[in-house]
Amino acid sequence: MTIEDERREQVLGTVRRSLGNMKSDKARRAIVRGRLENHPKGEIPARAQVNHFKQVDLFVEMAGAVDASVDRVKTKADILDAVTEFLRSRNLPQSLIHGDDAYFADLPWGKHKTLEHRRGPAAAKDLVSLAKAHSGVAETGTLMMASGADNPVTLNFLPDVSIVVLETKDITGDYETAWDRLREKFGEREMPRTLNMVTGPSRTADIEQTLLLGAHGPRSVHIIIVGR
Amino acid sequence: MVIRSGKFKANAREALADPQLQRAMSNVGVGFVQKRRMAMDKLPEFDALRDQARDIKNHTFQYLDLYYEEYEKKVREAGGHVHFAPTDGDARDIILDICRNAGAHSVTKGKSMIAEEIAINDHLEENGIKPIETDLGEYIIQLRGEAPSHIIAPAIHLNKDQVEASFREAHTGLDENRNLDEPESLVAEARSMLREAFLNADVGITGANFLIAETGTSVIVTNEGNGDLTQSLPRVHIVITSLEKMVPTLEDATAILRVLARTATGQEMAVYNTFSTGPRREGDPDGPEEYHVVVLDNGRSSMIGTEFQDMLRCIRCGACMNHCPVYQSVGGHAYGWVYPGPMGSVLSPSLIGVDKAGHLPNASTFCGRCEAVCPMRIPLPKMMRHWREREFERHLSPFSVRSGLGFWKFFATRPRLYNFTAAVAMPVLAALAGAKGYLKALPLATGWTHYRNLPAPEGRTFQQQWRDHLAGVDE
Ligand code: SF4
Repeated sequence: MTIEDERREQVLGTVRRSLGNMKSDKARRAIVRGRLENHPKGEIPARAQVNHFKQVDLFVEMAGAVDASVDRVKTKADILDAVTEFLRSRNLPQSLIHGDDAYFADLPWGKHKTLEHRRGPAAAKDLVSLAKAHSGVAETGTLMMASGADNPVTLNFLPDVSIVVLETKDITGDYETAWDRLREKFGEREMPRTLNMVTGPSRTADIEQTLLLGAHGPRSVHIIIVGR
Repeated sequence: MVIRSGKFKANAREALADPQLQRAMSNVGVGFVQKRRMAMDKLPEFDALRDQARDIKNHTFQYLDLYYEEYEKKVREAGGHVHFAPTDGDARDIILDICRNAGAHSVTKGKSMIAEEIAINDHLEENGIKPIETDLGEYIIQLRGEAPSHIIAPAIHLNKDQVEASFREAHTGLDENRNLDEPESLVAEARSMLREAFLNADVGITGANFLIAETGTSVIVTNEGNGDLTQSLPRVHIVITSLEKMVPTLEDATAILRVLARTATGQEMAVYNTFSTGPRREGDPDGPEEYHVVVLDNGRSSMIGTEFQDMLRCIRCGACMNHCPVYQSVGGHAYGWVYPGPMGSVLSPSLIGVDKAGHLPNASTFCGRCEAVCPMRIPLPKMMRHWREREFERHLSPFSVRSGLGFWKFFATRPRLYNFTAAVAMPVLAALAGAKGYLKALPLATGWTHYRNLPAPEGRTFQQQWRDHLAGVDE
């Protein structure tokens, strides 16, 4: 037995002794497996249990309430227009970093020659990032970002400005539906390395409880919603 | 951290006489309390969600050994490591080993109360590794050589001008005439100072608010984004957490997240809820190459099955202290160890012993607000009473408290004698009080009458009135 095994046994052994008279291990295991395999849903707030159009509206409202800015475009072809316009309106350079997401590969970059774009993870010098959300949850205006080569995790945290593309079809009412969508993509009991739930830009209230945006993460989050 | 809980009374007296602290603490009662109320009002299901959160944790504890087996299996499959630490010393050894193997010189840290509990910073420093706190509040108190005074707002005991003074002293090499009048400029300065630390660190240490058995995932909840830079940029990510953080599924974690931020800061959701599973995957261009989870026990496994088990449901939201009249007046440092306020008064004696922290459960007016606001429905006042009983049994109370209570117990356990004596004593007390109708001092209860007058009893005893009431002779 290694020292690591001994420590493990000491902790879990005490847990078992503290639990005292237990049902058979077989019965207990069945209950645990059942819960993990069925991942039952509990009480879900009524707020987002509305039709999909209203869920999209609710997402926009809730994201706005946490200081994210939201833009809506009709189709994927409009994304780069919206991006360049946003950068111009904020007096930001026409330059950004994004991941290998195939979704971005066939955007009409050629039509936007002034917009510089690099691919890869974010570095300290990157001011603006572009990433694609896996889901958006209307209940609280929360983005779900799954890490990988397509959308490296540093894009969500290092740059000052985070631009996120979210398709209306990827907007759910509640977290539970978003978890089901994630399981469809990654499999049962599987997760991407990092799954970030992001609700607005970074903030702190550590000095005299005054709320300030832009602590260590992005100072602004701009969401471009694609589709009706 | 030196444990100073035994000196609660002296600490509290000092705190009450500290004008800077009193000014800072005046923010607590208003800010946090109002924000929580507003978030509550926006979610009609809130109370049902609290019941559900309580039930999820109770269920998990019942099967905790098996959920850990499932959890470990998934972490291993994802390429990560789980280390169990029976004591704080074990946790320090494990973390130092990982840092040494990584050849670490500097370590960035996200906010973690468990890291405070095991005092990892001192240990790393003693061994030549530089720990850098990155949460703004933690960064400020690290510069000042202080301990956190609140579990989610570590620098709540400070005012802006104190922060400014610390920054001017620590950030040498910047323009001395720079303007730091506004909190914005302080936040911006900390942001730029810490950027370099994030990029240069060899190891990043974060806490975890949840571990998820379904997927082998650890979760951090933050607003600043410092935890994410801490865990994404260095080569090694260490999660330091404690035994009770387990939940079964992703659904269970988000069910509890629905009550966490609302009660803690009044936000509907914290800005960042980050779910981490193993180290970086093949093809990933960023993220840590090693992922370690250190699970601290430190007495928690023995709380299961006892009258203190409910305390393990605590999700460290801070609401009980925000609403506590004692905490609001004396601040967190008076409690003398890592966990302040009502949750600390219950938890600390379990972790460091009733001999060291047994006085803390007395730091309560039993007003019951802590239990009323606790999102996990933890019966804090009841558990403080349990500790008081234990402390009494261990004869650790000052003699006068013991003899007074012993005297009372003698009568209380002999109902006939109690009734008789009370009936006789009441007119006596009334006579002593005279026309004023109250008593200025009561033998064996001067601690009580020192701060308030005891109204003298009028008419009959409670027992007499209750008997009449039961008999239907309501007056
Ligand atoms: S005891 Fe309850 S109110 Fe206090 S920190 Fe823990 S969960 Fe929050």
